Amino acid sequence: MNALEIVDLKKTYQSKERTVEALKGVTLNVEEGDFFALLGPNGAGKSTTIGIISALVNKTSGKVKVFGYDVDTDLELAKSQIGLVPQEFNFNQFETVLQIVVNQAGYYGVDRKTAFQRAEKYLKQIDLWEKRDARARTLSGGMKRRLMIARAMMHEPKLLILDEPTAGVDIEIRRSMWEFLTQLNEQGITIILTTHYLEEAEMLCRNIAIIDKGEIGENTNMKTLLSKLNVETFILDTQAFDKPPVLEGFEFTITDNHTIEVDVPKEQGLNPVFSQLTEQGVQVLSMRNKANRLEELFVRLMEENKAGGQSS
Amino acid sequence: MMNYSIALKSVLIKECTRFLRIWVQTLVPPAITMTLYFVIFGSLIGSRIGEMGGFDYMAFIVPGLIMMSVITNSYSNVASSFFSAKFQRNIEELLVAPVPNYIIVLGYVGGGMLRGLLVGLIVTLVAMLFVDIQIHNVFVLIITVLMTAMVFSLAGLINAVFANTFDDISIIPTFVLTPLTYLGGVFYSLSLLPEFWQGVSQLNPIVYMVNAFRYGFLGVSDVDLTFAFAMISAFVVGFFSLAMYLINKGIGIRS
Repeated sequence: MNALEIVDLKKTYQSKERTVEALKGVTLNVEEGDFFALLGPNGAGKSTTIGIISALVNKTSGKVKVFGYDVDTDLELAKSQIGLVPQEFNFNQFETVLQIVVNQAGYYGVDRKTAFQRAEKYLKQIDLWEKRDARARTLSGGMKRRLMIARAMMHEPKLLILDEPTAGVDIEIRRSMWEFLTQLNEQGITIILTTHYLEEAEMLCRNIAIIDKGEIGENTNMKTLLSKLNVETFILDTQAFDKPPVLEGFEFTITDNHTIEVDVPKEQGLNPVFSQLTEQGVQVLSMRNKANRLEELFVRLMEENKAGGQSS
Repeated sequence: MMNYSIALKSVLIKECTRFLRIWVQTLVPPAITMTLYFVIFGSLIGSRIGEMGGFDYMAFIVPGLIMMSVITNSYSNVASSFFSAKFQRNIEELLVAPVPNYIIVLGYVGGGMLRGLLVGLIVTLVAMLFVDIQIHNVFVLIITVLMTAMVFSLAGLINAVFANTFDDISIIPTFVLTPLTYLGGVFYSLSLLPEFWQGVSQLNPIVYMVNAFRYGFLGVSDVDLTFAFAMISAFVVGFFSLAMYLINKGIGIRS
């Protein structure tokens, strides 16, 4: 069964000044148990799509089903399957951490005794139990993000939707959040993630959709998408050289007297690079990717899309 | 099937926790204001007025002053709480949950009613320091105070739905609610007014609430009790229907 089915979803925002077509017919399927990334630049339609799925935004037309429940006919059943972690902090800043999560469980029909047990479980898992009696406004940005994840888990949803959950979170906490999300996914919870950290999507997600200007550009699995990237840039750290080496047949840059950046097409591989450097007496000490691969691909797809848009 | 009573209980707990947390702003001011009313209008000036409607002036104004506190506190509780939930966006906690809209309305309105009733109780206790409270019909008393608290909680909710700034939730109380309350027969019997103004006063819904409540205490009313209950009921039904329509449409809360 699909955790999420979206068919020809459209949303037009109308005001006195202007009309904005935020979604122009989005069609998307997310399988049960998937870890799915929804990527796109700012204003692409990610948050509008999530808003419609979670009933915060009224759609203009189209169909949305959550675990088979149509949001038009079975809205409450559809909602009860979803846990939402929005982009912006949307809890009462004057309430305590415990009040926020326990009340949220209540809205889903979870009795108070069970809600307190779950609050302890999830707040401990996400390292906020010590802060349970603190007012939300006193928490750091990272703690507030974790609070929203714990809140979304209180009714133990089958589908967890996170809209940029790690924005503004330091690396250590981000990694612990990744670990937590991976554990949830391993327990069978379907996860949909939007993020600006493409490394995050590449590391966590199996399937991906790229949305831009209200339309889905790519919808495939991560492996297939990354295979489209046929040139990778490597940074080679070498022993210091007096004479800059030359790599025939490759685009390359000498950064300093012990660093070379080289673009390597997939069909050529790295062997010719090493052979040429060895012939010129340059010894490679270490090597790494210049940029996140998905990021490169994403930037390229966006540029192609922009060029296509301009020519049409 | 979802258990909506748990959801309703959760909203009520959230609402009560809110106004009890800020008790210095919500519960103390009405007690102080009403003490001043009792001292100035009741003891100092009231003693020179003599009787009103066949009762000692202090005894006459007590029901109206209790009702005034219930009205303003029920209204302002829901207006500020719901607007704040919109402003901080924590209303989304309820919108994403499988909670029917009538539970959202009943939850916020219930919170407003509870604050109104609690303040009403506090003001009654304060009044007992100044006058011997007598109760003529406890049933009329309870029904009137519950329905009035509900009407003004609903009105506060409707105000908050349309409000875009904090100013928008103070305009109606200042320019509509306060004049209507003061002209609603809290401090005087309508029979003191010229005939024309007695007729105009019949258009003021607060007249019916204050008089029905006064009947519960003293057994006297300037208006027919059946008609008063019909009017209050009409406001309950009308405001509830309007509030449901606005929330169902998502006005001010869904884009």
